[in-house]
Amino acid sequence: MKKFALQRLLQAIPTLWVIATLTFFMTRFAPGGPFDSEKAIPEEIKVKLESHFGLDRPLFEQYLLYLQNLLQGDLGPSFKYPGWEVSELIATAFPVSLALGVLSLGIALLIGMPAGILAALRQNSWLDYLPMSLSMIGICLPTFVLGPMLVFVLSSQLDLFPPLGWYGPSDWALPSLTLGLFYAAYVARLTRAGMLETLKQDYVRTARAKGASTWRVVTRHALRGGLLPVVTFLGPAFAGLISGSFVIESIFFIPGLGKFFVTAAFNRDYTMVLGTVLFYASLIILLNLLVDLLQAWLDPKARQAA
Amino acid sequence: MRDKSGSSLGQDAWMRLRKNRMALLSLFILGGILLVSLLGPLVCPYEYDRQDLDRTFEGPGADHWFGTDNLGRDLFARTSFGGRISLAVGILATLVSLVIGVSYGMISGYVGGRPDAWMMRAVDVLYSLPFTIFVILLMVLFGRNFLLLFLAIGAVEWLTMARITRAQTMHLKQAEFVEAARALGYSHARILFHHLLPNLIGPIIVYATLTVPAVMLLEAVLSFLGLGVQAPMSSWGSLIKEGAEKMDAAPWLLLFPGAFFCLALLALNFIGDGLRDAFDPKSSKE
Repeated sequence: MKKFALQRLLQAIPTLWVIATLTFFMTRFAPGGPFDSEKAIPEEIKVKLESHFGLDRPLFEQYLLYLQNLLQGDLGPSFKYPGWEVSELIATAFPVSLALGVLSLGIALLIGMPAGILAALRQNSWLDYLPMSLSMIGICLPTFVLGPMLVFVLSSQLDLFPPLGWYGPSDWALPSLTLGLFYAAYVARLTRAGMLETLKQDYVRTARAKGASTWRVVTRHALRGGLLPVVTFLGPAFAGLISGSFVIESIFFIPGLGKFFVTAAFNRDYTMVLGTVLFYASLIILLNLLVDLLQAWLDPKARQAA
Repeated sequence: MRDKSGSSLGQDAWMRLRKNRMALLSLFILGGILLVSLLGPLVCPYEYDRQDLDRTFEGPGADHWFGTDNLGRDLFARTSFGGRISLAVGILATLVSLVIGVSYGMISGYVGGRPDAWMMRAVDVLYSLPFTIFVILLMVLFGRNFLLLFLAIGAVEWLTMARITRAQTMHLKQAEFVEAARALGYSHARILFHHLLPNLIGPIIVYATLTVPAVMLLEAVLSFLGLGVQAPMSSWGSLIKEGAEKMDAAPWLLLFPGAFFCLALLALNFIGDGLRDAFDPKSSKE
């Protein structure tokens, strides 16, 4: 197991290098630069700024320099936020996105898993049809439609939650609900499918025949196998949560990392864009590894394959 | 049982699809949406970009069927025109991803061995990239270029298609009819296109149907972030964005494009599920 994790971490290095290279040259070949603002800066200041950040050197030299700094864990200074290191900016903005992601995932699992288990236990009854139809609608109701609708009903009409911002717990409700409900729909469907599969297994029938209660059968026997599809889904879900948070942060004016990233790309803040992309990529790689380890723990067959 | 002689795979699938009520209903809904998108701009007396500043924020009525927006533009004209764009992006980008994915997967599966291992390893690596982030980056950096939008989305969505095609090709490669074709001395290209491809149509159609809504969703996300289609042009995503901003003054601005968008996604997903069951009855869910 340790070997498997180590191997995966080593494989991440070339992946990250490809990402860094791609992003570096993509940003540089795009029209515009970090110091081309609408306000004309005097030419000599612009030249000074560019030489300060090393932008006047040959492109390939800049690239090698960036990689060299990267190897030492240095993401460089931000071009647009004077005096700020990119890592400092990420450290301020990411906790906000993280809180949003964790809350949403919590909501998704809290709603989706019980609904899926119940639907599987009472297959083809209204307890199955109702949540499954709702989840189908939920999947097709993207966050940018659901979000404004929730704001309209729960905030504008009923005045329960503030419509935007990120100051206290009451602000957290609407954004995490919007993102969470979307994933709850997937989780419910996957839990149902997984549970239906495991409930048919011999060992579950044996447990039932020995007189175990439904609760015990579900929690002690079926759940472990039944959750496999959900765990498999968690990998792509994390990646989706990140891009989903872009939309949520833009709807609710949340100062998360997604907002910083889009702004940085607009401003041609090269180091900030590169830093954010690399950060996101490492995060996704790490989470995927975590999901695989979790999967191996749940499924003995996958453990052997690994 | 009906006499099966002479009914092709497609006819068989159609027979089964017709029995699936949800899929059939979805077909009708999608047909309606297509009709509104194609004919709407022709029927509607208003142009999608004509402003009428005397009649802003008008509710839905006999004159403006879906109401008007903050510039007095007719929402019905904008929604149906936006439908054209959204559906066109969905279908064209799916085709791009289809061409890339199917050829990649077929070659990888057909050649097998070490090249196959390397090609699939590349797909695995690409899978772990934060693609949405790249698409967003691409759109921000190089402007809201329509062609770029297709290419970017198509380039993202081909990975799963490649995996599916490869698995099917590996499986079919061992079939007797392929062996026979090889024994007859047919070229690899002929075997690939004349013998293998027709047998892959089923899963390809199914997955393509499911890719269209995924692509439309991505386009809408981009438009919602202000990176997709630009005003005065409209797509469902950009209309939803405008609607969300002006929701308190005019809820219909969100309601109509949102409903069209969600219905189209819902219908496409049901049709895709129905097609999967129709082409491969064994895979049907409980």
